Amino acid sequence: MQPFARAVAWILSPAHWWGPDGVLTHTAEHVEITALSVAVALAIALPAGLYVGHTRRGEKAAVWTANLGRALPAFGILGIVFPFTLSLPGFGFYPTLIAMVLLAIPPILTNTYVGVRSVEADTVEAARGMGMSEVQLLRRIELPLAAPVIVAGIRTSAVAVVATATLAAVFGWGGYGRYIFDGFYQNDTVKILVGAILVAALAVVTELVLAVAEHLVRPARGAAAAGATA
Amino acid sequence: MITLDKVSKRFPGQDGFAVTDLSLQVDDGELVVLVGPSGCGKTTTMRMINRLIEPTSGRIAVDGRDVMEQDPVQLRRGIGYVIQSVGLMPHRTVGENIATVPRLVGWDERRIRERIQELVEMFALDGGLIGRYPSELSGGQRQRVGVARALAADPPVMLMDEPFAAVDPIVRERLQEQFLDIQARLRKTIVFVTHDIDEAIKLADRIAILNVGGVLEQYARPEELLRAPASDFVRDFVGPEPGLKRLSLMSVADIDVEAGPVVHPDAAADEAVAAMEPFGLDWATVLDPEGRVLGWVDRADVTGRARVGDADVKRFAAYVTSGSSLRSALDAIVSNRTQVAVVVDEQERYRGILSLEAVAKEIIT
Ligand SMILES: Nc1ncnc2c1ncn2[C@@H]1O[C@H](COP(=O)(O)OP(=O)(O)OP(=O)(O)O)[C@@H](O)[C@H]1O
Ligand SMILES: [Mg+2]
Repeated sequence: MQPFARAVAWILSPAHWWGPDGVLTHTAEHVEITALSVAVALAIALPAGLYVGHTRRGEKAAVWTANLGRALPAFGILGIVFPFTLSLPGFGFYPTLIAMVLLAIPPILTNTYVGVRSVEADTVEAARGMGMSEVQLLRRIELPLAAPVIVAGIRTSAVAVVATATLAAVFGWGGYGRYIFDGFYQNDTVKILVGAILVAALAVVTELVLAVAEHLVRPARGAAAAGATA
Repeated sequence: MITLDKVSKRFPGQDGFAVTDLSLQVDDGELVVLVGPSGCGKTTTMRMINRLIEPTSGRIAVDGRDVMEQDPVQLRRGIGYVIQSVGLMPHRTVGENIATVPRLVGWDERRIRERIQELVEMFALDGGLIGRYPSELSGGQRQRVGVARALAADPPVMLMDEPFAAVDPIVRERLQEQFLDIQARLRKTIVFVTHDIDEAIKLADRIAILNVGGVLEQYARPEELLRAPASDFVRDFVGPEPGLKRLSLMSVADIDVEAGPVVHPDAAADEAVAAMEPFGLDWATVLDPEGRVLGWVDRADVTGRARVGDADVKRFAAYVTSGSSLRSALDAIVSNRTQVAVVVDEQERYRGILSLEAVAKEIIT
């Protein structure tokens, strides 16, 4: 049998699902680190992006942060952060989380800021002139209109984190990276493939779910605009 | 009432002033148009009234209250605001857009629904548009929704920045007329910005002409501005044919019509001649028994006929009514071979004639 087919068969066999090294355990770990990283990144990047997009203040800082975040290799961050987190519980979890958050921030920050900035200035100006407060402008106009772009940023971040979180295994945390690195040490091609296939599958699922979400948050604009901007 | 008292604005990093020492009073129910070349500070002046821009010095009061002492958000909710591009919210329907300020100030849903309906009717919009999105409207519809939205919470004061500039001339003219009708009923206190002097003349109770740097050149009624421009700048800005523009501001009802010679189709030829004589004319208007205008005959035509009706009764090229402007009366005068404008009422019944002298007298005085 081909190694690829064997890897698929291995994954599909219920005997490999349970237990500390089971598919379900590593899936839970992988999803956990991804979801948490993206959530933390969102909590930081969304307000920052909204602020910069709405006030047009600190645009340079935002661009600079985003570029820097993109330039930093996740593996390097992990290595730098690792020694500082040894005292924390969940060996390998915190360095991974920090590295993944830093990885996830740039796309969300950039998309939020660009999405808000691309809302027509006249729409905001007219609403402000009618007596909407700055918070109302953000909540009722800028955020809903920028929502699809923001979700697209989250999608980019989440997919990147899914792929990169495999590195957690190097530092002792689980996730699909466990299979890949164990496979290397044990010279087990099938095990490496198991990890790779699972990462790819989770990335595709993440992509699809968030693509649907992106579609769902798209504000109604009427037939003409839907046709023109779709 | 809006009062500007020695208001100046200088933007940070700018050398000169955008608005210089501007004093202006807009009375209740008055429509004041700010007009001037591009960059002269019209928009800046308007936006200082609702504090979208804060003046560098001077004082602005709306209904006696200094705007700088009020919460800007509350202040703006009491002032209607329309901009050239309208700025409708693209993700909100027409109805939701109109409901913006009523929702902000907490009207109940029923009252909001009734108000939307009322405004849609006032602006002669199709009721089916209420549920549509801005992208599904024509340019003219969008402009009307923009003005309706600004009026939604019935603010006493309105600020309008080139609200009709984005539509083609024909649509613009219709919007202007509709707007004048609505303003005649609502009597809002309005500051209206345009760079089109003809629009200003047509709409304004008073016009403020601004020069570069927001310097007030003249503040006067349109008629006065045309008759007595205060400076060469105003004269240039008002443009060619100020006399004709003044005539367009006055209507036939403003001046006395002359009786003019009239005759019935059954009258004898010498009766027609006798009718012409006192006016020193050699033609007469032919009226049917109800007093409706059939046309006109000249002396040579009727001579020798048994009755006036047997002669060649020629039609007038144009009529005017008491609501017509003197400018269209003048046009009728030069279009008719009789060189007068025939004034009729709505049923085309004869009211009299206007001569060139009578009209010209209005421009010269
Ligand atoms: N936010 C701003 N910052 C700096 N300068 C400004 C700002 N807004 C306007 N100005 C300047 O102030 C002057 C007046 O501008 P304003 O927009 O009031 O002109 P306007 O009369 O409305 O012109 P237009 O007919 O082209 O709309 C211009 O020289 C303009 O460049
Ligand atoms: Mg302007």
